[in-house]
Amino acid sequence: MTTASVSLGASVSSQSRFMQLALAALLGIFVVGFVGFSHIDAVHNAAHDYRHSMAFPCH
Amino acid sequence: MNLFRNVVFVAAIAGLVAGVVLACMQAYATVPLILKAEVYEKAGGGHHHDHAAAPAASNDAMKAVPPAGNAMSSAAPAPADAMAPAEDEGWAPADGFERFAFSVVANIVTGIGFALVLVAVSEFAGGVGNWRQGVFWGLAGFAVFTLAPGLGLQPELPAMPAADLLPRQIWWTATAAATAMGLGLIVFRRSLPLTILAVLLIVAPHMVGAPQPDSFETPIPEGLHHQFVVAVTLTNLVFWLVLGAVVGVVRGRFTGTATSLRDSFA
Repeated sequence: MTTASVSLGASVSSQSRFMQLALAALLGIFVVGFVGFSHIDAVHNAAHDYRHSMAFPCH
Repeated sequence: MNLFRNVVFVAAIAGLVAGVVLACMQAYATVPLILKAEVYEKAGGGHHHDHAAAPAASNDAMKAVPPAGNAMSSAAPAPADAMAPAEDEGWAPADGFERFAFSVVANIVTGIGFALVLVAVSEFAGGVGNWRQGVFWGLAGFAVFTLAPGLGLQPELPAMPAADLLPRQIWWTATAAATAMGLGLIVFRRSLPLTILAVLLIVAPHMVGAPQPDSFETPIPEGLHHQFVVAVTLTNLVFWLVLGAVVGVVRGRFTGTATSLRDSFA
């Protein structure tokens, strides 16, 4: 798991590559989850039209 | 963390562009329908599943989610017919520009979020080489995040009945995950048994079935809802195609390795 490779312009070991990509994906899921799925009222209200327009479960 | 930084950079640009495009499309295609539905919502105040009134209040009761940082939520729920257009609890953006501005911000932020997922996953598969590959990745994103969940949980307008929020969110998330896994198996594994497994994965959430409301009774006219479903589906399709294509273009410029492929853009 230490083969170096070039990925998106960066040379990384495959283990580090996996971790960094997984981290980026998790960050993305967290961001979408917070804006689109959070039960916090203020967040829901701010993104109300967005949630409906994305067909996210709302209310 | 160079790779992480580069992924974030590509995703930020793609998410920004696609988010702005989506916000503009929503302003013309979906938001006017939401506003129309809110007129019915207000008129039909007191309905059991009234969009603004009952769910907002009952959600708090059922899930005991602390209404973060708002004093108003401790007040008893107002009668449904005395309600502000969309929200009755907590802070909400004022109608008009403020409401639109928050929608734009939500579109851009989640656009970047979706882009992070798309870029990261596609890097595992070798990366999006050009705008055209990006379009196919965008189609996959559309299938995973719009089409599959939307089959079971149709895009809903305010004042439309729906099952409890949490089960729907769980079903939505599980369906998107299963569909993503299924598509990944079909595209990247090239084996018949795994493809059959993939089909099962994609079909399974719909066999289980999405949480449905007790009654479908709603003051919203069927035509308005149908219009909304079409508008949501198409705006999301364009969003995903733009997102994928921009990822392809930006990534190509970033790495400089896809120059010849990008030339096909002309």
